[in-house]
Amino acid sequence: MCLSIPARIISIDGDMAEVSAGGAVFRAGLQMLENVNVGDYILLHAGFAIQKISEEDAAETLKLFREMNDALNDSL
Amino acid sequence: MHEIISRMFTVRFGMSEPLTDSALLKLGSERLAFTTDSYVVDPLFFPGGNIGKLAVCGTVNDLAVAGATPLYLSASFIIEEGFPLGDLEKIAVSMAEEAMKAGVKIVTGDTKVVEKNKCDCLFITTSGAGILPPEREHISSGTRIQFGDKILINGSMGNHAVAVLGARNNLNFTTTVLSDCAPLNHMIEAVLKECNDIRFMRDLTRGGLAGVLNELAAITGTGIMIDEETVPVDDPVKGVCEMLGFDPLYMANEGKVLLVAGESTALKVLSILKSDPLGKNSAIVGEIIPDKRNHVILNTVSGGKRIIDLPSGIQLPRIC
Amino acid sequence: MKYIDEYRDRDLIMKLAGQIRRSAGRNYKFMEVCGGHTAAIHRFGIPSLLPDVIKLLSGPGCPVCVTSSDFIDKLIKYSEREDIIIATFGDLIRVPGSETSLEKMKAGGADIRIVFSALDALQTARLNKDKKVIFPGIGFETTAPGTAVTVKKAERDGINNFYILSAHKIMPPAMEALIKDGAQLNGFICPGHVSAVTGSLIFSFIPEKYNTGCVVTGFEPADIMHAILMLIDQVNRGRPGIEIQYRRAVTEHGNMLALKHLNDVFEPCDTLWRGFGMIPSSGLVLKEKYGRFDAESRIPVTVSTHEENKLCLCGEILRGLKTPDDCPLFRKTCNPENPVGACMVSPEGSCNTWYKYADVR
Repeated sequence: MCLSIPARIISIDGDMAEVSAGGAVFRAGLQMLENVNVGDYILLHAGFAIQKISEEDAAETLKLFREMNDALNDSL
Repeated sequence: MHEIISRMFTVRFGMSEPLTDSALLKLGSERLAFTTDSYVVDPLFFPGGNIGKLAVCGTVNDLAVAGATPLYLSASFIIEEGFPLGDLEKIAVSMAEEAMKAGVKIVTGDTKVVEKNKCDCLFITTSGAGILPPEREHISSGTRIQFGDKILINGSMGNHAVAVLGARNNLNFTTTVLSDCAPLNHMIEAVLKECNDIRFMRDLTRGGLAGVLNELAAITGTGIMIDEETVPVDDPVKGVCEMLGFDPLYMANEGKVLLVAGESTALKVLSILKSDPLGKNSAIVGEIIPDKRNHVILNTVSGGKRIIDLPSGIQLPRIC
Repeated sequence: MKYIDEYRDRDLIMKLAGQIRRSAGRNYKFMEVCGGHTAAIHRFGIPSLLPDVIKLLSGPGCPVCVTSSDFIDKLIKYSEREDIIIATFGDLIRVPGSETSLEKMKAGGADIRIVFSALDALQTARLNKDKKVIFPGIGFETTAPGTAVTVKKAERDGINNFYILSAHKIMPPAMEALIKDGAQLNGFICPGHVSAVTGSLIFSFIPEKYNTGCVVTGFEPADIMHAILMLIDQVNRGRPGIEIQYRRAVTEHGNMLALKHLNDVFEPCDTLWRGFGMIPSSGLVLKEKYGRFDAESRIPVTVSTHEENKLCLCGEILRGLKTPDDCPLFRKTCNPENPVGACMVSPEGSCNTWYKYADVR
């Protein structure tokens, strides 16, 4: 039930959107988000987009991982 | 379910366990492979196929994975009163086409019409017979499997299940995924002609890869190690599985076979599979390992390890 | 797939595993509260990557598992009526009530339909004006806002045959209850998707009052390993706090719009959690303004209370006091085909997860 995956908005029609997860297309209610655009990634849960995925924060986390990776590489 | 089948039918009919996809019978000096299957898929038409195509390919494949050359099929139809003739025609045309592709003849059959609501549209049963060369007899029972043998599959998992689920229209998603339903006998024959070291084969239908791996472990009494990273899964199938909580390892296929090959021939088998259009995404996905506890172990994408258990009784209904 | 594959990188995870091994200098007991985390941890084989000194326990964050059996019994009673359609999430239909399940009622002809969204249930009501459609509202703060949005839509569109039977619950009171109950924990792996809605600050009372650290975690294996490292660090430094690992989806204050919908439509109530008993202010009930959508008050039905199977350990498992292996029924009488307790039914339940993704160790 916590099942929620990142999906990309491919079209918007009023307060509903079509979102794609790897090419599988689901419908999502946009009533909980403002300023969403086609191309944005959202968390899809039980037929609703519950949060936008922050591209910058995702990049930050990956950068952190990579730095961790490098630091661990250096210390091995 | 397995216990019910065993108690009610297998034991009563004097059939020898373990049951394989095809029964292997002596007919004079020849060996005959003989199989039967019923098809109740819902919906009848889905992207990449229909119930008729499924019925022909399924039975052809059951014979082919035993190492036999499929020759003759029977086809029986239980039809609900009022079933559209146009649809029945489409299905029949499809069956004729698949039979031609596979090089088999549908030689006998039966039709019964039942009253409205006494059967859900259409059910098909096909039986098939083929000749099994004696040097391939060991393939369905896996008696020659050894430690270090490699496990191969001919492509991506779960496409059939996702295509059928998408067509049901009540799971709220659409995809362009097509069922992988196809006759595998020509591809398998190409492998068997060149390699005499195929030690086991089985088709990956209901219960998916996980089901067959557990059957294999039970047959050999050994362990199996599978590397999740090497198991091909198409992105839309992944997307549906992630969203709906399914595991591609357990999803049904209708055009996939698992082969066990001796270590030294595995790469050759892989290249023969890959040269066939039905095997272009083939992969070596694991191997037979010593394991007293007889487990099927998955080396997960993230490097952790867990056990792939038997599919539980709760699988998606009417997927084939 | 974007935002998934990068967090499943094997090399990265093995390096994180190495770092965890080097940092783990004592015994640690961490609890993942959310069923989605239980499933992810076992699916990716995370326990096999951790040293023995780290023990992971599953908590009560599986909405199906903590739904009381009288909720199911009420739905079963509703489903017996010709004029009612139950439109429910699929997770609920196999949960055993005291005598039967929705699945068995469906097989017997009851009109029970599986939906993937509350909006689908509302659509069912639109298309079946002669029937009453009841949507069982299960799920935590991740799911309840969707129900709230749907109720508002029903109100706006003048739909008068749509009802909610709410069993929605909120996490923090249950987490507090299990700490008070005696679960000895060094930290919580906090639910990432609940927090995407509520924000991470709802957990700040846990380190403040109970000296137990919290890390709000994503669901990919790298997220989970990273969070475990963060919790180990909190324990090692003696500085329990509330940190966000899942920064790409979680902020301190969460999704204010979703919370507005939630608070417009629902208010807290005392509610029964299977395995815990009554926890004050832990449930969500429709506000009076939306009372006409409440199935409980508009379509009253009585069910008798029954005792759970005495041998079933779901209660203690949900409270982090026992594991599925401790249960005498696990694997023997109780399995996914024939579940005794709710923990075996739900794909996020501890018992179902342990059964499916058995640990190699």
